[in-house]
Amino acid sequence: MRSPRWLEIERRPLPSGRTIFLVSVAAILGALVVAGLFFAAYGVSPVRAYAEIFQGALGSWLGLTETVRRAIPLLLCGIGLSIAFRALFWNIGAEGQLLMGAIGAAGVALFSGLPGPLLIPAMFVAGFLAGALWALIPAALKAKLGLNDVITTLMMNYIAIYVVEWLIHGPWKGPTMRGFAYTDRFPPAAQLPTIAGTRIHWPTLLVGLLAAVLVFLLIARTKRGFEIRVVGENPHAARYAGINQVRTILFAMLISGGLAGIAGMGEVAGIHLRLLSPTQISMGYGYTAIIVAWLARRNPLAVILTAAFFGIIMAGGDVIKVTLRLPFQLINVFNGLILFFLIGSEILMHYRIRLRRR
Amino acid sequence: MGWETWIIATLSRTLAYGTPLLLGTLGEIYAERSGVLNLGIEGMMIMGAYSAFAVAYTTGNPWLGILVAAVVGGGFSLIHAFASITLKANQVVSGLALTMLGLGLAGVLGRGWEGRPLFAAIPKITVPLLSDIPVLGPILFKGQNLIVYLTILLVPVLWIVLYRTRAGITIRAVGESPATADSLGISVSRVRYLCVAFGGVLAGIAGGYLSVAYRPAWTEGMTGGMGWIVIALTIFAFWNPVNGLLGAYLFAALYHLSFRLQPWVAPELLKAMPYAFAILVLVFVSRGTLQKRMGAPAALTLPYTRGEE
Amino acid sequence: MSPGYLSLLAIAEEGVTGHPGQRSRLLDTRPQDVIELRGIVKRFPGVVANDGIDLSIRRGEIHCLLGENGAGKTTLMRILYGLYQPDEGEIRLFGKPVTFPSPRAALDHRIGMVHQHFRLVPTLSVEENVVLGLKEGRGPFPRFRQTRKKLRALAEAYGLPVDPQARVWQLAVGEQQRVEILKALYREADLLIMDEPTSVLTPQEVDALFETLRTLVDDGLTIVFITHKLDEVMKVSDRVTVLRRGKVVATLNTSETDKPTLARLMVGREVVFRLEKRPHEEGVPLLEVDDVHAVNDRGLPALRGVSFTVRSGEVLGVAGVSGNGQAELAEVLTGLRRATRGRIALDGSDLTNRSARAAADAGIAHVPAERITMGTVPNMSIQENLILKSYRHRPFSHGILLDERAAARHAAQAVADFRIAAPSVDTKTKLLSGGNIQRLVLARELSGEPRLVVAAHPTYGLDVGATEQVREILLAQRDRGAGILLISEDLEEILSLSDRLIVLFQGQVMGTLDAETAQVEEVGLMMAGSRKEAPGA
Repeated sequence: MRSPRWLEIERRPLPSGRTIFLVSVAAILGALVVAGLFFAAYGVSPVRAYAEIFQGALGSWLGLTETVRRAIPLLLCGIGLSIAFRALFWNIGAEGQLLMGAIGAAGVALFSGLPGPLLIPAMFVAGFLAGALWALIPAALKAKLGLNDVITTLMMNYIAIYVVEWLIHGPWKGPTMRGFAYTDRFPPAAQLPTIAGTRIHWPTLLVGLLAAVLVFLLIARTKRGFEIRVVGENPHAARYAGINQVRTILFAMLISGGLAGIAGMGEVAGIHLRLLSPTQISMGYGYTAIIVAWLARRNPLAVILTAAFFGIIMAGGDVIKVTLRLPFQLINVFNGLILFFLIGSEILMHYRIRLRRR
Repeated sequence: MGWETWIIATLSRTLAYGTPLLLGTLGEIYAERSGVLNLGIEGMMIMGAYSAFAVAYTTGNPWLGILVAAVVGGGFSLIHAFASITLKANQVVSGLALTMLGLGLAGVLGRGWEGRPLFAAIPKITVPLLSDIPVLGPILFKGQNLIVYLTILLVPVLWIVLYRTRAGITIRAVGESPATADSLGISVSRVRYLCVAFGGVLAGIAGGYLSVAYRPAWTEGMTGGMGWIVIALTIFAFWNPVNGLLGAYLFAALYHLSFRLQPWVAPELLKAMPYAFAILVLVFVSRGTLQKRMGAPAALTLPYTRGEE
Repeated sequence: MSPGYLSLLAIAEEGVTGHPGQRSRLLDTRPQDVIELRGIVKRFPGVVANDGIDLSIRRGEIHCLLGENGAGKTTLMRILYGLYQPDEGEIRLFGKPVTFPSPRAALDHRIGMVHQHFRLVPTLSVEENVVLGLKEGRGPFPRFRQTRKKLRALAEAYGLPVDPQARVWQLAVGEQQRVEILKALYREADLLIMDEPTSVLTPQEVDALFETLRTLVDDGLTIVFITHKLDEVMKVSDRVTVLRRGKVVATLNTSETDKPTLARLMVGREVVFRLEKRPHEEGVPLLEVDDVHAVNDRGLPALRGVSFTVRSGEVLGVAGVSGNGQAELAEVLTGLRRATRGRIALDGSDLTNRSARAAADAGIAHVPAERITMGTVPNMSIQENLILKSYRHRPFSHGILLDERAAARHAAQAVADFRIAAPSVDTKTKLLSGGNIQRLVLARELSGEPRLVVAAHPTYGLDVGATEQVREILLAQRDRGAGILLISEDLEEILSLSDRLIVLFQGQVMGTLDAETAQVEEVGLMMAGSRKEAPGA
């Protein structure tokens, strides 16, 4: 960057962990402040609004469980994205991979004819495989043909949405109520158990927490993880070291898509208990997970924290809708603001900016 | 309905629905030609839709609404331009953030405006004489509006600008080889800013058209993913305005035919086609010479800094 | 006066280009020196690229700038072209001091540059590339008809045939260069700077280019020609300036000098400091390279039938100016580039076109020229970089898991053995100095007791202490019985470290010499294009 005359901009060689943390927190605070302005515009004091949100999301049993419930798919997708981003693969397709996982799980639940106890494990596997396969397509296209990962994963999202739509309106259509199309309800053996009185489908949560640890160990401690990191940090060095970039990217995306697929499975088998319209299965979990992974600096363990944070935000969205009578869409505004502040903060992180002394 | 009536109705609706798609695509073509990927179109469109509706409703002047929508769309896109060009941030993230912001903002601002009927909509036009031409007449000249016609006229203009004027040569050079353009004294930043802003303006107008002309009303999320289709259409058009016209109308036609074609092809799968086609197009041009002839601008998504050679 | 010039004059009088105050070149009444550089100094971190350069270019001459890479010629030309600003010194254009804060400024002063890697937009047509950035014409539309007319006249006048409507990517390399030249001529350049223009041309195209240059000069243009090829200097230039290590060594009239003299000036003093070396024991043939051909990234031939042998316990130096196939040779030997023809064998077993991993496993170590962008992962720690290639094997991994303790132990040992100065083994590599990065690379590459070490420019950019250490390390490997292929532009280094040496020029081996008896002048001649057999002109 060329600095204007009145500003001195020098590149910081290596932002410390502390700097990264402080800057991230500053980004969130900045977004909170600006979002607070919106609250003020609606005549609600920002302080009161945030108090209500945190109170609502964390202060009551219902709020807390809703927070966790929202965090589960964010956790799974976020972990998957952290490994994809590590390999420098811009997986914008978590949304589509999630939906495909939902389809896979629904297919097994409704049509496989498997005996009861096998259903849920099979659905986990099906969800993982469906999501993984959906991710492998753009991964292979990039690895072999050099196609832009952003655009291909984005397109795959929309194809997935329409595949779901087609299934619920067509071959897999169940009862139609009030104009919405659903599949039949899953048989009881195919429904994930939840913690009593809540909507927390705990098997998926456990899988997510386990995945966080396993993926962290994978990246930090295994040969494959080493290769992924090298490919993501310096592709030239990876080539020089004889690392097979194609296989590495495919491996990373397999896991990334698979985890998103499990998230999808969790949503249909744990919350909705049927396959329904895409926008009801996922309220943008795949896209929010991008922020989740980025804020966690691609560290799967940190994703637990950031997923929880965004779980609070999303649960909070319900709160402001009901209690404060503010539109749910403010959540989107908040997410967008956080992303922009994060982008801006990247500059702060890598450059030290000072006023030039005369 | 007799066949002829049905064809006329479908094609007429195609023209109407294809217009915002075309507008958005034309704008994004220019932005991407200069090297900037703008994923924020959906956000700009919906902000345009809201602003146009709000202004038209309050002032009773739909054209003022369109104007405001254009300004809003352009202004919004400048945020993305600033992040991508000056701050050299990741264009993907910036664009997504803009979409989230736009959708959220429009949802927030637009609450309470739903269900209000807009009487001050863009008037439908029936061209005398021309509308009496058999078949073509009713399709093209009855019940459309000025924006539809202006958009069609925009296509050859934008094509000529891109391929036959100095400005177009400059834009294409900036998107293919910014180092070369810079060495000849062209300001890469300025060209990119202008192109991104232009894309934003057209996206805003496209959104405004939806809420003030196509279906004069405001509903949350009324753009329904049109911005993403535009991204796909831009690729499908090989970054060429004329192809953009064909692509936009083709998709609009498919969209309207999807219900009719139901016995043969599921409508949802038809709707997935533009996205699948976009991927196929990318695969098609990934081969060497085709890449050069028809492929994406070489510097797309890459921020430029002088002296990095 | 060439016939084409008359038509050019005619067009000029029509005022097509719209340049105000345009004069025909022959009516020039400006002073003799087109460009005068006084005391130009340009510093980069760690190196002074131009160290007080005094140079003057006379109007109407072809002036060659001769020197090896790192001599400072490219930097100097980039200053003239507005890409860099000099730290000290002055530039005078026709006697008046000027500055070039940007390439546009240089263009406005009628300085045109033909880059080594062309500055063209491949998807645009020739005429579009030519008018890019120009404001001529009425309204928004460029006047291609006039442009084509002028281009045709220029093409005819100077032997630069090209189809104005062809897309640049469709043109052959030689034609693309013509477009670069035409771009400059179209803008009424008075001074044309050409950076290694013949590196991408066939011999016939080179002759055609020289014809063109002479015609241009006849019409009053001035040309500066950067090269490292003595043949060309003798064939086409009027005067030649030799640069070495950032300083002007001499400026001579070409007619008053010869190739041996220039070679000597270019590469340095006759006496070369030779390191203490153990006497060379004739080992067994280790690496056999037979008639290897390869193509570079741009699709042009980089290696054209290279054959040589490296014996165990010897250092074979590869001398030559950068860009003559050295990088491609290193890549072919280490499995990073395909050989299109030929055979490579290590210890008798065929290694041709095997993967990089296979080459490493067979015992070929690679100390790459780009140590930061290729040889290390800057964001990873020293410890991790040290196992960049060996992570697959025991003891650094068991099954799928990495053994971090083994890696840490190895790192501690390597840091001590190779004297890598760093706070800890967890320090990120990008924080290390150049010398320490190279020590790290060596520690990694040499830890497995390799059979062959391919070392490309190993001491480039290093300080004296690090340089000495690197050379000692390489010699120690040689004494151990490994074979060393030393690629370097530093002739002194080659002569002092090598037992034998070959010279690469345009992808071919010009000759093999014994390092003890080689004469600097002889090597210099070979580096600049003369074969060993034929005596220089």
